[in-house]
Amino acid sequence: MRPEPPRRIADYSPLAFPAVMLTVFFVVPFGIMVMVSFFRRQQGGFYTPDFVLESYARFLSTFFGGVLSFSLGLAACVALICVIVGFPFTYELARAKRWVQVSWLVALLSVLSLSEVIIGFAWSTLLSRTAGISNLLVWLGMMDKPVALTPNFGAVLTGMVYQAFPYTVLVLYPAMARLDPTLMEAARTLGSHPLKAFLTVVVPALRNTIVATFIMVFVFALGSYLLPQLLGRPQHWTLSVLITDQAVYQSNMPFAAAMAVFLVLVTLSLVGLALLVGRKDAAT
Amino acid sequence: MSGLVLEGISKRFNNVAAVDHVDLSVPNGTFVCMLGPSGCGKTTLLRTIAGLEEPTSGRILIDGKDITKLPAHQRDFGMVFQSLALFPHLNVGENVAYPLRIRGVGKADQVKRAEELLALVDLGGFAGRPVSKLSGGQRQRVAIARALALSPKLFLLDEPLSALDAKLREAMQVELRKLQQRLGITTIVVTHDQREAMTMADLVVVMGNGRIQQAASPVEIYRKPVNSFVADFIGSTNLLPVRQAMDGQGVSAPGGTIPGVALGAGRDQATLSVRPEDVHLVPADQAPLTGRISFIRDLGASIETFVDAGGTQIVAVTSPRERAAFQVGDTVGLRLDPEACRVLSS
Repeated sequence: MRPEPPRRIADYSPLAFPAVMLTVFFVVPFGIMVMVSFFRRQQGGFYTPDFVLESYARFLSTFFGGVLSFSLGLAACVALICVIVGFPFTYELARAKRWVQVSWLVALLSVLSLSEVIIGFAWSTLLSRTAGISNLLVWLGMMDKPVALTPNFGAVLTGMVYQAFPYTVLVLYPAMARLDPTLMEAARTLGSHPLKAFLTVVVPALRNTIVATFIMVFVFALGSYLLPQLLGRPQHWTLSVLITDQAVYQSNMPFAAAMAVFLVLVTLSLVGLALLVGRKDAAT
Repeated sequence: MSGLVLEGISKRFNNVAAVDHVDLSVPNGTFVCMLGPSGCGKTTLLRTIAGLEEPTSGRILIDGKDITKLPAHQRDFGMVFQSLALFPHLNVGENVAYPLRIRGVGKADQVKRAEELLALVDLGGFAGRPVSKLSGGQRQRVAIARALALSPKLFLLDEPLSALDAKLREAMQVELRKLQQRLGITTIVVTHDQREAMTMADLVVVMGNGRIQQAASPVEIYRKPVNSFVADFIGSTNLLPVRQAMDGQGVSAPGGTIPGVALGAGRDQATLSVRPEDVHLVPADQAPLTGRISFIRDLGASIETFVDAGGTQIVAVTSPRERAAFQVGDTVGLRLDPEACRVLSS
């Protein structure tokens, strides 16, 4: 049964509480941040109300451009790896026995429950020279002496993929579970090797799901703050790190606010894109 | 021999036999219907033939060649699935051309062959349409055209018409049969609808409990069922417990005797199967078997009369023309045609 559309103001009352919460804790702070981004920075001190584009103009610097493109590139790498690894993994998972599915999903959910700090320190220990997995390889005779695998780009990538992978699987899982298993069988009876059938049927049939998942993981990875600092060198620091640095250590609130506004806009437009792709998926 | 041969095929899932020692040989060009209640193993057997399930034991031969271990994609069989399994990301033409694309057929030849196949199933000019815009019957045809694209040696269909409404289903049955006769292709259809099997098949394979109960022509299956499972599953039938009559003439049943029927040597009791249309109602003094009419169902085209003969219900189907002046509660005589009575092994 279709619920009746609301007619009077009172019919909207269930929305009042979330609306107030959203206004007080999101719209107002975000508005303040947008305002501050246009304020004038006082040299060596605070900032004064004004309307200048000084902070946004700094986006044109090569330093900012470098950090921005690194952040986008890192997020894209993380999303790409997660989707490439997660897609076949989820496909097999959705077809596995019930108890196998449940144990994997519980394991993945438990990774989600770990905080970024714990993941960061766990990986920095695992990749360290003194206590890391390279010692295991030495013990197995595959390496001469232990090496430090952190801090470097690979370590940042590893930690972030580890963190984003459960999200990837959870987003892909419903679409995979809904996929008609006879599609693959049909492709096989029509002369397709199972691997070819996977690439010519399952992947294109779920194209929109893949795109939507990629964008979601990309957005998730774009906001990473702690892992690049724990596992990387300063050149591996992302836009979020730069924003904190400007706001807290350099006392340049207007510039930090401008970068934050920019990051939010990029993220929102990507989410919008994901929704658009998702709606096209539902239409067909 | 040429054609498909199954030798002792068994398929077990967790030690439960879905298919149990099935032997069957199908000459080339035969239209086979595998018929049975749900869970009888008919779909599993079809999937085994297609190579989607590996048999636990037994051999599958085609034209004398053992293909038991051959993977599905090397068997050159066309299969239509119950869900149809049309690829949602491809349009009608691309769906039909998919097996050609996989084989590396050139683009122009793909388009040409897809058009031919679509014309074969009366869907000429539909190549550019998305699959989601088709009706159920049209999707059905697309699935058939796609399965025929590689001119398969064997054409397998798993409950292909079950999603269609009754009228369309009957039309498609006739069409499928005509198509098969035109192409002369060996076809195996799995169905639980006996009318479908009777309409289309050269050979009806009745399955129950993972075994073949009887494999014969539709008329033989209907007229000469080998056991009560087949008799009961194919059409409706009256099953009467009978024993050898004292005087040796015919058999005695609840409610009287049936002359002219012999149980065969060495048996003194059995189950007798007689079709409702072979039971004739006569005045009570004109037949040695009598009963009381408990219910009359007038269906317009035919009349079903339920008779209680000594505790066993016997149904007689008559045409309205010969509707006698019998009422509910009357005692009537039942004349059974001895030729139409079938003694079943129990």
